[in-house]
Amino acid sequence: MTGRLNLKLLSGALAIGLAGCASFYEIPIETPIAAKLDVSAFQRVFIAGFISGGTDDVDGNLETVRLLRSQLRMKSSLRVVDADVLPLLDVASGRTEAGPNTPAREANAEAPEIKNEKDLQPYEHIFADADYWKRIGEEYQNPLIVTGTVLFTPHSQSGMVQREREVIDPLGRRRVEPVREYMERKGFILNMKLIFIDGRSGAQMQGGETLREERLYNQNDNTPALSSYFELMDEIVPRFLNTLSTQKVRGSRVLIK
Amino acid sequence: MPQRLLSVVVLVTALSGVAYADARSDAKAQVEFGIAVAQRGLWKEAIYRWERATQIDPTYAAGFNNLAVAYEHEGMLDKAAEAYERALKLEPNNVLVRQNFELFKEIHDRTTQSQTP
Repeated sequence: MTGRLNLKLLSGALAIGLAGCASFYEIPIETPIAAKLDVSAFQRVFIAGFISGGTDDVDGNLETVRLLRSQLRMKSSLRVVDADVLPLLDVASGRTEAGPNTPAREANAEAPEIKNEKDLQPYEHIFADADYWKRIGEEYQNPLIVTGTVLFTPHSQSGMVQREREVIDPLGRRRVEPVREYMERKGFILNMKLIFIDGRSGAQMQGGETLREERLYNQNDNTPALSSYFELMDEIVPRFLNTLSTQKVRGSRVLIK
Repeated sequence: MPQRLLSVVVLVTALSGVAYADARSDAKAQVEFGIAVAQRGLWKEAIYRWERATQIDPTYAAGFNNLAVAYEHEGMLDKAAEAYERALKLEPNNVLVRQNFELFKEIHDRTTQSQTP
């Protein structure tokens, strides 16, 4: 972040210093980032559901499915299958019959406790169950199936933090100075494993991803879990989209004479 | 005899200086034309011009810098990295090239950041 700020300041100073020479030109560019996964064989994508855990304040399965579906509708050429979210945790734990039309649980009552990555492991066998995914694929006309795990856990950390403080000197001038202080901070960590399954065969595809983001807030901020979840997903969604479709990153560069 | 040799050396040095100046001015013309077309969105033509410029004068850092920008715009990220590195090798202290390269690396790193399980 500081590096980016330095670059901006540097470019500003250069722009002023060299403007007279006109030997450089700033130009907007759009860098296309090729999709990591070849999805040319699919016309549809089904965000099936996720095995989720962590805080009870956010339903990681439903929220993630809703968000990824809406993003794909806007930013991908694939048709998004609009179907009930699969209750994968129930299916994997054998508490629900593994059918494509099984609706998601209404609430988290009696759900197995998943608080960390280790708790997820007993259920991850579901991703390798090609027969199950093939049945799901047949139901929705052989789409690309997106599934995985979502772990959204509270996190706290205390230690020295540097922040900026505004001070007024004896002459009444304002200035900003860095202050280091001890701070208790609370926040959340989002761990997400994305798994892509070929709906025609039920087999896992190459190109799955493990993503991790974390945010810490001042203890007095009382940031709701759901808004923190969306903040963290803001970082993850572009990487998810870039797995499935070519994305363009806008920026500017300097051409030199 | 030594006088004749000296005049030959002087002549050769002078001619190579002229040739270098010619190469640089030809390359500069290509670079300027490339900038003009890039500003109109004709990036493929710009690439052609800047490739020509770097062939004419392989010591012209601006040519490699501009070529890198154009490759980046066209999604040829490996070629862009190569061209930026070449420009920086020629002019390691050029802050404009370094700034472009830092911004490019930010995007390039993002594409390779995610791990496969």
